[in-house]
Amino acid sequence: MQLTLEFGGGLELLCDSVKIHKVSVEPQNGAEMLTMKDLLTWVRTNLIKERPEMFMKGDTVRPGVLVLVNDCDWELSGQLNTTLEDKDVVVFISTLHGG
Amino acid sequence: MEEEAKAKPRNPSGPRLCCVCNTRRAALKRPKTLDQICRECFYEVFEEEIHQVIVENQLFSPGERIAIGASGGKGEHGLLSINLYFCSVEDSTVLAYVLSTLNRRHHYGLDLFLLSVDEGITGYRDDSLETVKRNEIQYGLPLKVVSYKDLYGWTMDEIVKMIGLKNNCTFCGVFRRQALDRGAAMLKVDKVATGHNADDIAETVLLNILRGDIARLGRCTAITTGEDGPIPRCKPFKHLFSKCISRFCSGVHQGFGKNKVVSSLTIRNCGLQKPRAILDIIKSGEDFRISTSTKMPEQGTCERCGYISSQAIDRATKVIIPGWKWCKACVLLEGLNKGLPKMGIGRSRGLNNDRKDAKGNDNAAKSIESKQCGTLDF
Repeated sequence: MQLTLEFGGGLELLCDSVKIHKVSVEPQNGAEMLTMKDLLTWVRTNLIKERPEMFMKGDTVRPGVLVLVNDCDWELSGQLNTTLEDKDVVVFISTLHGG
Repeated sequence: MEEEAKAKPRNPSGPRLCCVCNTRRAALKRPKTLDQICRECFYEVFEEEIHQVIVENQLFSPGERIAIGASGGKGEHGLLSINLYFCSVEDSTVLAYVLSTLNRRHHYGLDLFLLSVDEGITGYRDDSLETVKRNEIQYGLPLKVVSYKDLYGWTMDEIVKMIGLKNNCTFCGVFRRQALDRGAAMLKVDKVATGHNADDIAETVLLNILRGDIARLGRCTAITTGEDGPIPRCKPFKHLFSKCISRFCSGVHQGFGKNKVVSSLTIRNCGLQKPRAILDIIKSGEDFRISTSTKMPEQGTCERCGYISSQAIDRATKVIIPGWKWCKACVLLEGLNKGLPKMGIGRSRGLNNDRKDAKGNDNAAKSIESKQCGTLDF
């Protein structure tokens, strides 16, 4: 399925300074739905070029990274369990920056 | 993007509605109240909350000239010389937007200015200076940029060449704090407003507790500081979470600066698990009462530049120049100009000598201080 991923607030530096990525991601291991958990694993493997620890901690994003699924805070949609659909827009913004 | 979002609610039982307007789909949870609200209501609540803070604390008076510090030092340096002493460009962008909006909407009658510091670090500040320049046009606020090169005759790049990668944050921190004050003086403003948020202040409280810095602990939570000095500073975002500010910024305009130095403390973890923890830390910082018999470090005026800073007189310099009382920036600058860059680095101030356990703490302090700013554990 086609997804638009946006990285902001400095996170784009971890993926070659490209802010917007149009990607195609399929559900893993024969599962029917793609969840945010799967997407994060995919992003870490395929998009993050350096310092993955700046993006993820354990199996979720690092504290201080804001995640929006279709412009809605993922806290409202179930965080890692959020299921994604075709043409969804997922935005990652780091709320931590220096001066 | 917006239409798509509306057409596809994530929740199978139907979209959750905003608990303020009850008509639009909720887009975020406010960390403070855990209320679920929509974007439009969030902007409104956000701006009104700042307005309330400004009114309740009487931060500004009509006719005042206010500088918005686009990179605001907390007047701290030394132990943990990392960038968390400075509010981010993003926060100050939001501050510029909100203050100019509220100034018009609620007729504050303020003259607003943008004030930014150029440290002269190749590839670092360029982006955020661009952001500030954009703000100048976007919000129609006059911009003043003060550079280290003009003020001190040294860029950060030149300083790093001279002293190496260790301890250079000490220079940057001390100089930036003073540069902001000098810039404010050049603009002849009555006050400086900085974009420090609740997360920043909670961090400062913890740092000051860890350092045993009673004097700073006492004043770091105040919304306005330096009222006895020439240019007071205030923090209208004191009660706002950094997350909310980021969210606001991401919605209103995409004016992010990118910064390579990313720093964090456990505070972010706290904030994630229990957002109120951040407010609780600030509250406990505010509630500290310091016994009147406690010896406080003296605040002084530098004999060289005459500048009042939050820095106590540096006793270390007595060894080098007997009888002279200089501010930290002058000591560091003198060191650079004389080719003795290590002058003024390290902690040998009076307060530590009063403590029995000072030695142990000093060692701990040094081991942290000697780390470069990019290598602290995230």
